Amino acid sequence: MKKTLFDKVWDAHVVDSIENGPQVLYIDKHLIHEVTSPQAFRELEERGIPILRPNQIVATADHNTPTTNQHLPIKDALSRNQLNELSANCLKNGITLYELGHKNNGIVHVIAPELGITQPGMTIVCGDSHTSTHGAFGAIAFGIGTSQVAQVFASQCLLLAKPKSLRVAVNGTLKNGVLPKDVILYIIAQLGTNAGTGYFCEYAGDVFKNMSMEGRMTVCNMSIEMGARGGMIAPDDITFEYIKDREFAPSGAEFDEKVKDWKTLPTDTGAKFDQEFHFEAADIEPMITYGTNPGMGIKITGRIPNNITDASTKKSLAYMGFEQGESLINKPINFVFIGSCTNSRIEDFRTAASFIKGKRKAKNVTAWLVPGSKRVESQIIDEGLKDIFEEAGFELRQPGCSACLAMNDDKIPQGEYCVSTSNRNFEGRQGQGSRTILASPLVAAATAIEGRIIDITKHLN
Amino acid sequence: MKKFTTLVSSAVLLVNENIDTDQIIPARFLKATDRDGFGVNLFRDWKFQKNGEINKEFALNNPNYSGSILVSGNNFGCGSSREHAAWALSDYGFKVIVSSFFADIFKGNALNNGLLPVQVSEVFLKALFQKIKDNPKTEIEINLIDQNIYVKDTELSEEFEIDAYKKTCLLNGYDDIDFLVASINKIEAFEAQ
Repeated sequence: MKKTLFDKVWDAHVVDSIENGPQVLYIDKHLIHEVTSPQAFRELEERGIPILRPNQIVATADHNTPTTNQHLPIKDALSRNQLNELSANCLKNGITLYELGHKNNGIVHVIAPELGITQPGMTIVCGDSHTSTHGAFGAIAFGIGTSQVAQVFASQCLLLAKPKSLRVAVNGTLKNGVLPKDVILYIIAQLGTNAGTGYFCEYAGDVFKNMSMEGRMTVCNMSIEMGARGGMIAPDDITFEYIKDREFAPSGAEFDEKVKDWKTLPTDTGAKFDQEFHFEAADIEPMITYGTNPGMGIKITGRIPNNITDASTKKSLAYMGFEQGESLINKPINFVFIGSCTNSRIEDFRTAASFIKGKRKAKNVTAWLVPGSKRVESQIIDEGLKDIFEEAGFELRQPGCSACLAMNDDKIPQGEYCVSTSNRNFEGRQGQGSRTILASPLVAAATAIEGRIIDITKHLN
Repeated sequence: MKKFTTLVSSAVLLVNENIDTDQIIPARFLKATDRDGFGVNLFRDWKFQKNGEINKEFALNNPNYSGSILVSGNNFGCGSSREHAAWALSDYGFKVIVSSFFADIFKGNALNNGLLPVQVSEVFLKALFQKIKDNPKTEIEINLIDQNIYVKDTELSEEFEIDAYKKTCLLNGYDDIDFLVASINKIEAFEAQ
């Protein structure tokens, strides 16, 4: 029988099937962080259940951490307590933890790939919906709730009904200035925020074949924003090259053996998907969002639809302070955030730096650059990007989730617009009353320079 | 986990669509390390105005609405996987959420906490919205055994779907950990392959 990439990985991890019910799926890697794990540790402790496979768990502190002065004690008592509890839980249970300041510390979905923990054919879970990021390697990776974190602690398994399969193909060549972020914002704008619910999505076609691993991670990261539990891209030479020589990747003959296995994973020709969509690369332009869900996106030179009648969309526009039919070009912007598990990898900062070099940010703009990990931070310094950013008036902060969800002090003030490379423009997501406009690192960088939204396509060489 | 079999209650009507878990419980309230007490911050930024005063327009502040059923618009619970959203709804006193569509992770989180997501058709949901608007004291009967939702003293009723395994769990108060821990031998045999 012809199988999809998803089928192959899923079927290889089924421990047991309940008649007319879910399957028991084995989990290879469990990533945890400070916010969604403490209640799971407590539950197991209360029930007297040990953690079955502590060596398959990796922990990091990222969601609730400061992005300045990380060497100092954390001021906020609740945040400090949450991090202390993570450290204590990991120590007690023999779990590897990359705590604040550790050279491997960073956003969970940035560090696992860069350490070579994420590999093709694996099942990976984390108490965070953007776990879909790791699907870029041809892994089944998805976000889980805290009760499920406890289940994986107890059994290294989850009870799940097998999702349906969806394929989104984008063929052709992307235009100059169109980045992976624009591709996924375009797909979500076309399909809507719940088109993928109940599905696992495979991204296929020329555009993804030619995309870097960083770009593929950006795309898979936002699968959840169209409702899909996860996204996947077939592993290929670009994948293998990325993994090779990373800290926890297999090496030597073992690596070559693994590559042989990984090469069998791509979807068989003729395999059937429950749902398929096709798009043309030529139709995609730099994108921005105008509303309060990631599906409310338009091309940057486009206009907000002027036929809006439903109450939820009207409420959304009122929250954003936008009018139907309005263009966002020249809209003044005071805050720019480049970071988050969507766009905080070295390639994103290289892209931003290439535009920023030799320019100076607009006076009205506060521009935060938050690397996804300590390693990315080091790369930014080593490659001389830090100098470019600082000369341009940008502030390079320390790694973490930061203003993507504003759990720490990195909050956008009430009523202010922020052009952000993160993944969610929900009401208040970046701070109470904040108004988020999602965009690529290139559009974010250009906005910071101009202090307003510009037609980036006119400013490219 | 608490058992669930049947419930008769009036409902709170929240007509918005695409309600994401950031609205249900904003991120700044996720710093606690236990499961209790999230109800007080349920829909915190919709319950209060920018100046800190109570938003009287908001459904949860409407004195006409009461009961342990929340009736809401399409695609409820999208966004972040935070189970705190399910904890906050339960802690506030809700036992059932009725919508025409639920986001995956939220649905699973709700079921793992004995909070029943009842997915109904768009047509049924519209009719239910109207009944509650006309009479906020309208009583709704949820019967998990028969998988039926019935609006009392009306013709309005509909069957709803639920995974057979999850239904058994809710009716008996079992959770997945019990099942998985009982399967450890099979899991270890799988690992040894």
